[in-house]
Amino acid sequence: MELFFSQILDGLSIGSVLLLAATGLAIVFGLMGVINLAHGEFMMLGAYVTYVVQSAFKPMGGVIFELYFPVSLILAFIVTALVGVLLERTLIRKLYGRPLETLLATWGVSLILIQLIRSVSTAMLLGIIVGVVVGYLFSKLLAAKFSAKPFFTYLNGLGWAISIGIGLVAVNLFDKIRPLAKPWFGPRNIDVTAPKWLQGSWGMIGTIELPGLRIFIILLSALLLLATYWFLTKSVWGLRIRAVTQNRQMSNCLGIPTDRVDSITFGIGSGLAGVAGCAITLLGSVGPNLGAAYIVSCFMVIVLGGVGNLLGTVLASLLLGIIQSVIGSGTLLTIFPNMPMAAKGVIEFFATTSMSLVLVFIFIIVFLQFRPNGMFPQKGRSVDA
Amino acid sequence: MSPTSAQTLLQVSDLNVYYGESHILRNVDLTIHEGKMVCLIGRNGVGKTTFLKTVIGLLQQRSGTINYQDGQLTTQPPYKRARAGIGYVSQGRDIIPQVTVKENLLLGMEALPGGLEKNRHIDPLIFDLFPILEKFLKRKGGDLSGGQQQQLAIARALLGKPKLLLLDEPTEGIQPSIILDIEHAVKRIMKETGISVLLVEQHLHFVRQSDFYYAMQRGGIVSSGETNQLSDDVIKEFLTV
Repeated sequence: MELFFSQILDGLSIGSVLLLAATGLAIVFGLMGVINLAHGEFMMLGAYVTYVVQSAFKPMGGVIFELYFPVSLILAFIVTALVGVLLERTLIRKLYGRPLETLLATWGVSLILIQLIRSVSTAMLLGIIVGVVVGYLFSKLLAAKFSAKPFFTYLNGLGWAISIGIGLVAVNLFDKIRPLAKPWFGPRNIDVTAPKWLQGSWGMIGTIELPGLRIFIILLSALLLLATYWFLTKSVWGLRIRAVTQNRQMSNCLGIPTDRVDSITFGIGSGLAGVAGCAITLLGSVGPNLGAAYIVSCFMVIVLGGVGNLLGTVLASLLLGIIQSVIGSGTLLTIFPNMPMAAKGVIEFFATTSMSLVLVFIFIIVFLQFRPNGMFPQKGRSVDA
Repeated sequence: MSPTSAQTLLQVSDLNVYYGESHILRNVDLTIHEGKMVCLIGRNGVGKTTFLKTVIGLLQQRSGTINYQDGQLTTQPPYKRARAGIGYVSQGRDIIPQVTVKENLLLGMEALPGGLEKNRHIDPLIFDLFPILEKFLKRKGGDLSGGQQQQLAIARALLGKPKLLLLDEPTEGIQPSIILDIEHAVKRIMKETGISVLLVEQHLHFVRQSDFYYAMQRGGIVSSGETNQLSDDVIKEFLTV
């Protein structure tokens, strides 16, 4: 039985990671309706921010090094939120109400981010900066002279194309300088060592050990969820966000700057993904492909819980986590050894990580046949209308 | 035409609006003076709602200008027009469905200087005008009946202390007693705060309350003048009664 409980605890912590990752998506997809396939890559960015912060803190050693994790949590949020805002302003804003294009565009962004992390070096960064600065100056200059002309958009596009070329040349030139050309991370996985206070046990309940890492992740996701809930339901910006997501045009007519609300909403959703990525580094080594492992589960959690419902997101992610951990580890067999042969065979068949995922998906598909709007569909007059 | 004793608040000149390639509004001119109620009448589908949506900025005109007070509104987004003092009550009422009545009212004060951060107190005058709202403060806006939603929409617009209130068929599909409540509320607000109202309406009794009328046909203004000169013939022609 102890084994069963510790497995449940394990499942809860898997579910909590899923919950961390899905909270951000609950805002971006659940509230804004943006299908952001780059959400997983935002998690990956958060993980790499953690790695960078850890590397920066390492030389200081001692107590200061132990504090790197809270710092990286905050920085991961800020950096990914800023990347999210940038993405929203430049790309997603132009695609509202066009889900298919959003899907393709954000998938493209996710590929770009993965490759960027693999091959980013000082030379590349400098080249990109050169390209963007030249392009920006170009478009300012063109806008000053030709903004009224009908061919201005084409001219502007041409200007950007030329500056991308200049940027590429710059990257190649900088690459010639050896110390600049070395990739920062490379394609291989990176390892983040958890600070000492997170390693080991945080005491026992009865005979069940409480592993510090798992408990910390559960607490972190609970805390972030509460903070998100408070922000959305009690704060002024939360009210604005809810108003804009429910009736954009009327919110605009009431005096709410809808474009700024969009940016903030998307930024917060992305920032939460960054925090999730930060937490994932505690569980093992992470690589550029980290996002792909989580994005599908995240969407599943949102759909299963009921789009736009935080409570549903919580229950769905914990449920999936527990199913995955209890079935996937095969503990059921050790707890109930006297099962009939047929049941035993079935459980053994699903007792691997990937097969338990298959089981989870089968469960979701069957569940959605009966509750197509998830566990907690929205109710009330406004839904029927 | 209209006397020039009062200051001009809104002046729309030569407005042309299209939906895609179909020409909806044709060379519309319209003037609203401070503290006056102007009624825009016409049969269904002539472009009245389109006109209001263009004034608040949900639709962009292809040509023509909208002057408000001393400034040009022509290219401003709706939220800036709301902050400049234009309150909008749309035909579908557009209550934010999944937030409470109280939060809907609070959102009305977003148009005030400083926005929601500086304004969190709901003027009790609103509950004096529409007592039903105080009872339902905690309910979801989307769960109210049509008439209650209409009162909420007007209350929400009033909380932004607009100088010009745009009302799009506030009596459509609403029981007669509430129609009277709404009429009284609008009249009282106009008297107490001196705001102007642009009303799109089919309900004759409400139309009669206005100071001036503009009649629209096929997207153009075909007749205008003081409402007390509005003859039965004109009414028959432009109202679906």
